[in-house]
Amino acid sequence: MAVAEHLIAPGHRACSGCGLLVGARLAADAGGRDVVVANATGCLEVTTSAYPYSAWRLPWIHSVFGNAAAVASGVRAGLRAQGKNATRVVAQAGDGGTADIGLQALSGMLERGDDVLFIAYDNEGYMNTGVQRSGLTPLDAATTTTPTGVMSMGNSRPKKDVVSIVLAHRPAFVATATPAFHKDLERKMQRALALEGPRYLHVLVPCPLGWRFESKLTIAVARAAVQSNVFPLAEWHDGELAKVKRIAVPTSVDEYLRPQGRFAHLFTDDRGEQERARLQAWANDNARRLGLPVYGEAAAVTG
Amino acid sequence: MKVMEGSAAIAEAVRLAAPAVVAAYPITPQTHIVEELARAVADGTLRAEFMTVESEHSAASVVLGASATGVRTFTATSSQGLLHMSEVVFNTAGMRLPVVMTVANRALSGPLSIWNDHQDSMALRDAGWIQLFAQTAQEAHDLHLVAYRVGESERVHLPVMVCVDGFVLTHAFEPLEPFTVEQAARYLPAYEPAFRLDPEHPMTFGSYAEPSIYTEARYALARAHEAAGDALADAFASLDAITGRAYDPWFDAYRLGDAEVALVCMGTTAQTARVAIDRARDEGLAAGLLALRTFRPFPAERLRRALEHAGRVVVLDRAVSIGAGGIVAGEIRSALAASVHQPDVVGVIAGLGGRDLSIATLERAVRADADTWLDLRADVEVM
Repeated sequence: MAVAEHLIAPGHRACSGCGLLVGARLAADAGGRDVVVANATGCLEVTTSAYPYSAWRLPWIHSVFGNAAAVASGVRAGLRAQGKNATRVVAQAGDGGTADIGLQALSGMLERGDDVLFIAYDNEGYMNTGVQRSGLTPLDAATTTTPTGVMSMGNSRPKKDVVSIVLAHRPAFVATATPAFHKDLERKMQRALALEGPRYLHVLVPCPLGWRFESKLTIAVARAAVQSNVFPLAEWHDGELAKVKRIAVPTSVDEYLRPQGRFAHLFTDDRGEQERARLQAWANDNARRLGLPVYGEAAAVTG
Repeated sequence: MKVMEGSAAIAEAVRLAAPAVVAAYPITPQTHIVEELARAVADGTLRAEFMTVESEHSAASVVLGASATGVRTFTATSSQGLLHMSEVVFNTAGMRLPVVMTVANRALSGPLSIWNDHQDSMALRDAGWIQLFAQTAQEAHDLHLVAYRVGESERVHLPVMVCVDGFVLTHAFEPLEPFTVEQAARYLPAYEPAFRLDPEHPMTFGSYAEPSIYTEARYALARAHEAAGDALADAFASLDAITGRAYDPWFDAYRLGDAEVALVCMGTTAQTARVAIDRARDEGLAAGLLALRTFRPFPAERLRRALEHAGRVVVLDRAVSIGAGGIVAGEIRSALAASVHQPDVVGVIAGLGGRDLSIATLERAVRADADTWLDLRADVEVM
């Protein structure tokens, strides 16, 4: 969207091609200036707030790794006590700060019904500390704590379905987004901020360093995640599915996996082929659960 | 004069301070305090956002976030709860947010104990918070208003932990004179911080510091503790002027002037210790008492002057740095290292996990002449 100045200023320290900073800047600009941000420790925090500099043109607070949602709840309470109900409060965290160390605080915020939008910027691992596995690292991804080897095909567990965990709290608004579909991301951000109560936006943000792809491919990789049903774009209101981006002819997961070095070992032998079949089944399951066309099946007749 | 449970006396002081946000997570023996405040909110006698959170980690985080918006905040905890919130406790001080928290002092696990000692507050003595220890319900009440006044004062801007003995103080009923609404209003000015989270004036809180600036940030925190000394003196003088209740900001001295043996302790023990000192005097031992009120900032120079004329200083610790010994004892030793007379400092460990500190025990403490764990059971074989 056209803005006079970005609310995350240039000059931050993120890597070139960082999907996280693109996503966060799109969200911040769409959210406007009457917003207070509570940020977890992580890539977004360290790349934007090294004293005496700050990339933030919004009031912004960082405390520790696992408490972004609780700090945001406190900010909300403090603002409400001053009658500043119009000011929107946004908590944001990476996948670790959302689904691992931050999950309890997130659940508490959702359960209490606090008027906070929580944004998860999911780059599928602890990238800030050097690409370690998180609960949101997908099956078979090679990370520094799930390396490949004769005994290992990378991460042995499927990606935690944190969106379903969030949905179980039946918050006012839940959506998935990625910077590859930036209009969609902006619309969801604005829709989320217009509502009251607990809200959650899960943004998939490809990481060239951790996923090992060329930095010019960030948006292409994010788009492939959506087109292969690895990461469908959907929206839930009060816990009910309200909108899904329909990919009429989904691509194979291979289109998504191939550019990424973290999956390179899946393209060398039969074992890799079997693993790719498991990942394809995961994408197919994602599609079925949202009533979307499934890769390789005849396209559903639409009216 | 009213008879109140210690927890109710504390809650009443907090109610008079009128925090805008209170975060609560239950843990024994702190729970009565937040229950009283919940009732005040339900009855409309306290207008506050009362947040029932899912952990102490979040309780500390909620008051941190709320404080950064520029409002007064309160939470309370004990024991495991304090340690669970510990990373946020350090962070709150580093961010210079004047949160006030009651710690109803309780032992740490393991083994699990819900009973009183000082290990929890001592474990966080390096966190950057001002730490005040109360001897009575009256003092616990008063110290909470002192805490807000000092923590929020301009050159200080520090969080304050008011430490009260679990059960012994929190659950005991004592007569006291609470602040009136009018007195509290005169004593505690409205909180108007220079910096707050405000979309009109966006600021960054909680920056990341590289080696080029981290040391200076920590030094600024240490300097704030120096400034807190003046703020404490002012706060206690004003307390006296408004209520007629006089406290030394740093410690109470009882029969200490000519004492050959000085007993040092903190918290409710000081009340019993006065009786033990009297008995020792009756038996011909020139004993005196020094009861620390302000543990952080640590009044090393004042302690040196108060204690250096004693032949022997017995420090009663209700917490242990395992592998090193009594914690207060170590700090007193270091404070006395610069004294001319160099009294013997004896560290006594006692009163752990709710073990009673009776008059007889404290009399034995006064007579201790070597570091010891007092009153260990003879019938328990320690492997």
